Amino acid sequence: MISREQAALEEVTRINGVRSAILVSADDGLVVAEAALEDQATEPAAAFAARLAGRLGILTGAMAAPPMSVLLLQAALGQLFVVVGNPGLLLVAVTNNDVNIGEVRLALLDVAGRLH
Amino acid sequence: MTEDISGMTSQLAQDPSSLVFLPLAEALRRRGQFDAALAVAERGIQRYPQIADGHDLVARIHADQGAGDAAFDAWTAVLRLKPDHLGAHKGLAFLAFRAGDLGRSAKHLSRALDLAPGDASLAAAVERIRTMIATKTNPPRTAASAPVPIPATATTETTPTLLLDSQGRVLRGRVDRVDGSDASEAAAAALAGVIREADRAANLLGLGQWRAIAIEGGPINYELRSPTPETLLLVTRGREVPAGRLARIADRAVEQARRWLEELG
Repeated sequence: MISREQAALEEVTRINGVRSAILVSADDGLVVAEAALEDQATEPAAAFAARLAGRLGILTGAMAAPPMSVLLLQAALGQLFVVVGNPGLLLVAVTNNDVNIGEVRLALLDVAGRLH
Repeated sequence: MTEDISGMTSQLAQDPSSLVFLPLAEALRRRGQFDAALAVAERGIQRYPQIADGHDLVARIHADQGAGDAAFDAWTAVLRLKPDHLGAHKGLAFLAFRAGDLGRSAKHLSRALDLAPGDASLAAAVERIRTMIATKTNPPRTAASAPVPIPATATTETTPTLLLDSQGRVLRGRVDRVDGSDASEAAAAALAGVIREADRAANLLGLGQWRAIAIEGGPINYELRSPTPETLLLVTRGREVPAGRLARIADRAVEQARRWLEELG
């Protein structure tokens, strides 16, 4: 039987172009739950997403603005989505470039809301 | 500069005839709240149609929004009231340049330089645009290879934009906190090392070279780019500016930053 978290993540991976969806501990970058295509390593994505989110979180602090809610890193061969969820948790997705960005963003925000 | 938006809003509500509409609309514009800024500025110039700076402010807001025709109308109104308005000449020069009318752009830039003879960036812009006109007359060299003169009032210049080096030192520009205070140094320090972090993340995840990082954070949207391997550009706008549009604004800001860095040598 799969966990509630994993079921929610699998919904995200059903979107075309999503390679992996991961629930990550923001403090240490460890994987809490995951759903990924076979050849996708989730640990590095979790670790880097947490590091990047932590570093860029300092920016919103410097701007005296509310904390970051969504981060999207776009690269030549794919994209990394990070959504800040339940305190201490991040929802991370690694996707191809032909993905519907708006759909993935909304799906991650929806999962973040449900796992709150 | 501290910009007390709530205080100014309250002052304007108590006294709609107050000239505080000018700094209030300017503060809202600087925060990227263009619709609100425009509403305040337009109400103000309805009451005070003879104030050239009010029309200039409306023009700059329109330019920030990419509404070139409306900006043109407003800057033209400025010159009817005050033929020697420096900002209007610079703005119209920019619009003419964008429209490909180099002659008209040169005319406004030259007038602006007459009004501000000590402005080195204006002098350089006049020189370059004259070179472009001469090159166009006596062909070629592609237009893309020539540095493009963009006056200081150009839209990407007025967008909150900060260029920094990889060690977190400000190279150019400014970003403000929500309360209007200068956040440039703090933001640059916060972003030191981000280029390397993003490089590592993208490469080790098999994503290749990273191109952009978009961040949503409350009332502000942020876009990060790396115009050169050693520099980082931060562009911010209010939440009401859609992500796709912010990305286009960032594209233009990157081009402008690259030109500036090239000219710097």
